[in-house]
Amino acid sequence: MGSVAPTAEPVDTRTVLALSGVTKRYPGTPPVHALRGVDLDIQSGELVAIVGPSGSGKSTLLHVIGTLDRASAGTVSVAGFDVDQLNDKQLSSLRSRYIGFVFQQFFLLAGESALDNVADGLLYTGMALSERRLLAEEALEQVGLASRMGHEATKLSGGERQRVAIARALIGTPDIILADEPTGNLDSKSGEDVVRLIEDLNTRGTTIVVITHDRQIAARFPRRVSLLDGRIIEDTGVVAQEPTP
Amino acid sequence: MKSSLDPSRLAPADMFRASLIGLRTRRLRSILSGLGIVIGIAAMVGVLGLSESSKSDLLAQLDQLGTNMLRIEAGSGIGIGTGELPDESVAMVGRIAPVEQVASISEVDASVYRNDLVPAGRTGGITVKAVDTNLLATLQGRMASGVFLDEAASDLPVVVLGSVAAERLGVADGSNGTIVWLGDEWFSVVGVMATLDLSPDLDRAALISYPTAETFLDHDGVPSTIYVRSDPDDIDAVRSVLPATVNPESPDEVEVTRPSDALEAKEAADQAFTNLLLGLGAVALLVGGVGIANVMVISVLERRGEIGLRRALGATRRHISIQFLGESLILATLGGLGGVALGSAVTAIYAWSQGWGVLIPTIAVAGGMAAALIIGVIAGLYPAMRAARVSPTEALRTL
Repeated sequence: MGSVAPTAEPVDTRTVLALSGVTKRYPGTPPVHALRGVDLDIQSGELVAIVGPSGSGKSTLLHVIGTLDRASAGTVSVAGFDVDQLNDKQLSSLRSRYIGFVFQQFFLLAGESALDNVADGLLYTGMALSERRLLAEEALEQVGLASRMGHEATKLSGGERQRVAIARALIGTPDIILADEPTGNLDSKSGEDVVRLIEDLNTRGTTIVVITHDRQIAARFPRRVSLLDGRIIEDTGVVAQEPTP
Repeated sequence: MKSSLDPSRLAPADMFRASLIGLRTRRLRSILSGLGIVIGIAAMVGVLGLSESSKSDLLAQLDQLGTNMLRIEAGSGIGIGTGELPDESVAMVGRIAPVEQVASISEVDASVYRNDLVPAGRTGGITVKAVDTNLLATLQGRMASGVFLDEAASDLPVVVLGSVAAERLGVADGSNGTIVWLGDEWFSVVGVMATLDLSPDLDRAALISYPTAETFLDHDGVPSTIYVRSDPDDIDAVRSVLPATVNPESPDEVEVTRPSDALEAKEAADQAFTNLLLGLGAVALLVGGVGIANVMVISVLERRGEIGLRRALGATRRHISIQFLGESLILATLGGLGGVALGSAVTAIYAWSQGWGVLIPTIAVAGGMAAALIIGVIAGLYPAMRAARVSPTEALRTL
């Protein structure tokens, strides 16, 4: 695979995500329109909640933003790359370097330590394991799990497991972290810890998009985008935020 | 602004680690599915190893016994003859130039018993034969104990027993003068022969010399079997002239055989059996392969979440398929190694117990490993393709 130059006229360098007229239609009778003309720009350093009831198209939007799925129409630009112009392999490459994922189910690998699970965040960049482990140590320190590095990841508590998953998303300092219901599988105390961690990481400059159906959590984030029936019905807009050094 | 997008890469060491995950986390299942391959390969290596070991033993035996011996018998049965060879046949055969040694045997109408109290008829299947004193040398046989018949004792009531005969008569050692009841006389046992591979009928016989047979049992001395050792290069020529030499009047009544042929025929029969067992081993291997494929397909279904995660982390479809193919290959390789070890161990133990040299053919080891690898690839191919086709969005929706 050859190198791919970014789009000829990249959007504003501070724009990490730009969606324009994005539609996602699943074939069937009748076809299902999961997204209907979504326009969304997200700037570097933002903390955005995408909120909506189930069936509103949140997960589809996350998959399209995360380049795990392609839009049926419209344009998607992530980290300055026009997703339409990239083939499957190039999208994999984009994900390996520019996008971090956090899932409700954690998806940690059984039988591996927390450190190696985090190191797997850079598995597909070809970086050597020793180097990845060094970066994983830093990431685990950032999420407050320095003391749990050698523990088997799947045997940690729910809150700790999600923090390991967040560290895995953080490790390559991606342009954007996408979190899909990060508190969905956690009790309220662990959920609160995770939300605080997300806020804390954002204040240190990480761009984070959180998908949630929980309006209370969404309400705590600086920017909220509300979805209903595949359309954005409310966007509180970009909030100027200076990352703390 | 970034200038280019480097492709996703998975270092070979990481690829190996990724392929080990399934085996590490599902150990019992991996072991059980690998067991099919272990059994299949072990069967193939064992069968080939045992067949080679027994063959090497046989070749050594043939080498030792020589293939230049011929056995001449009078044909017997309806219209073929009397079962006796002409009196002068031994002398005639001895005159054929390439013949090196000639020794004859004559059936004696007598029985041998442990003592005179054993009821007549309970012979234990032991026959009495009058033989030339050079018989042992002609057969290239050995004595287990004592000595063979010689000229000095040719007129005395002495007997040499075959290995089976000695056992049945309760004679453990032929050198301490045990006596047996032969005909109507006490005979001294002067020796016991070691087992004769080329003439097993003599293992069940009590041998006395011609003069002894004539003196004590009133035997006529007509030979029934003649053993001939000839120059190995002329063996075929000798064989072709023997019938006419032995019985010029009716050469058709003379049967000439080569005892080493029987051993070779036995080997050929063993080979057919080996092929059958090899076929069974191949079936076991096939079943083992199906077992691996089955486990891999289940594994792909169970690990959709992991597949989705890996795609999200930047794995390409190829990375996913290589991971699962690698897993199947590692499983089959471990199974193959286990099978080779088990098959070799079985061969070594069995060969050792039979007193053979242990011979594990390289072709069995290399072929076994190659078969395991091929099975691994074939078994892993479909599951790997399925894993690669899993859509990341659907995979992440599972659970």
